[in-house]
Amino acid sequence: MANRLEKITEWILTLSALVSAFITVLIFVFLLIFGLPLLQGGQWFDLLASPWSPREGLYGIRPMLLGTVYISLLGMAFAFPLSFGCAALISVFAPRSFGGFLRKVVQLMTGIPTVVYGFVGIFLLVPMVREILQGGSGMCLLTASLMLSILISPTLILFFVDGFDRAPRSHLDAVAALGGNEMQQFIFVILPNAWSNVLSGIVLAFGRVLGDTLIALMIAGNAVQVPGSVLESARTLTAHVALVIAADYDSPEFKSIFACGITLYLFSAMMVVLIRSIGAISGRKKR
Amino acid sequence: MKTKILWLLVAVILPVFAMMANAHANPLDSFKGESGTIRIAGGTAHIPVMKEAARQIMAVNPAINITIAGGGSGVGIKQVGEELVDIGNSGRKPTDGEIARYDLKMFEWAIDGVGVVVNPRNPVRGLSKSRLQEIFAGKVVNWKALGGADKGINLYTRDEASGTREVFWQVALDQKEISSKANVVVSNGAIKSAVAGDPYGIGYVSVGHIDETVAPVAIDGIAPTLASVRERKYTISRGLFSNTRKEPKGLTKKFIDFLLTPEGQKIAADNGFIPVK
Repeated sequence: MANRLEKITEWILTLSALVSAFITVLIFVFLLIFGLPLLQGGQWFDLLASPWSPREGLYGIRPMLLGTVYISLLGMAFAFPLSFGCAALISVFAPRSFGGFLRKVVQLMTGIPTVVYGFVGIFLLVPMVREILQGGSGMCLLTASLMLSILISPTLILFFVDGFDRAPRSHLDAVAALGGNEMQQFIFVILPNAWSNVLSGIVLAFGRVLGDTLIALMIAGNAVQVPGSVLESARTLTAHVALVIAADYDSPEFKSIFACGITLYLFSAMMVVLIRSIGAISGRKKR
Repeated sequence: MKTKILWLLVAVILPVFAMMANAHANPLDSFKGESGTIRIAGGTAHIPVMKEAARQIMAVNPAINITIAGGGSGVGIKQVGEELVDIGNSGRKPTDGEIARYDLKMFEWAIDGVGVVVNPRNPVRGLSKSRLQEIFAGKVVNWKALGGADKGINLYTRDEASGTREVFWQVALDQKEISSKANVVVSNGAIKSAVAGDPYGIGYVSVGHIDETVAPVAIDGIAPTLASVRERKYTISRGLFSNTRKEPKGLTKKFIDFLLTPEGQKIAADNGFIPVK
């Protein structure tokens, strides 16, 4: 009986894994089918490279592509040190009770909907950036990436903390016995053990930054231009899809969102593969 | 005795007549005994009127449920065409292609101006049309040249599917370009709050949305007000449409009929639009 139950459970789990994998593939096939007219004529590469200017019949997504790249990289650049320090504090350096409290706060933060961050961004961060930096409207690349870094920090922190907690007690004791302090424990035992968790966190957080629509839509400004500085308004691929989806089905504007979809899909797949292979290579070196 | 009975009759009949007269006067009574859902989406300028109409109808008859979503004129036309909603609002007349493809029936229930707005702290209160075009094309980039502070101009515009943008671009900008540096936001309300928060911003909203948080800018000496739009002096205006797929029926028809009754028209007027009747 128990054996049978186990079989059934296994079967159900396999099935759900298959379904979710299948859906991922299906989405890609869907995008391909709808984007096919663009891909066939080699138009896709034109779309990637050319600017967006409906008046001249140009529906390129280069400004959005670069906007996405800049915003997500900048967001990661802000979030990584913040999260790394915060995780180290929670897991290693802070007194146990304070660390536990911080961890609860971070867990709470993961549940905040992005629209809340968007509102805080509009009413707090945008005027601050406008008044302090005195350039433009405050709706810009910098504002959006700052807000995004706060959005993804909880994800990063929780992954890092899990990784830091994995260090074997016996190894830590060994360092302590040799007269090593907390910092030495952190650098020589905890960090090397946490490597794969750090990578997983980065992959997941990067996916979130790339895929987030609302924050960029609300506070990045959405101007269709390649931003010349961090204080300029920019539009991401996701925000572009959200803005153009209302256009007429038959219009070339509407068709361009499939190019955005394919690009986003390939882009995030590429990032995952890249980060994973970096992890695999450096993991092999250590052994 | 006889007179008593007569008086009794009068006392009974008169209120009945009075009630009947009332029933004819109050168009909301047509919703009595009805139940169901009306789904509305589209133009963001329409929303205050839709909300008030829905509130009045649902107060008389709680069995009717009316949902109102924004999305812009493009969304309204598309969703009603795909039968995702019962009424799709648009701040522009649907194109001939859209009308043919979706078999749309249009009901224009108000006229609305599109006014240029700046932050109240900005002293600029008037622009010529050609200046306006230069500003939105990104050729004039500083308020100083226009009598304001020595600060860069922050442009706010709407997304491509917006009816407000369509009218503004056609009539105010004479179809000239809008700078690619312009910030793009997704509703009339969003432009208003962006300009209300940005001392150096300029944008355009439905005249019905203009309140004390933003300052209207006169174009060629004519300020965007209800009176100037009504008298056709202020020309940047458009009809507000509620569209249905094929002839409306049942509750949907009653809702649209209500918009065109004196009470419905009053709601439109109260919200800063010009009634069509």
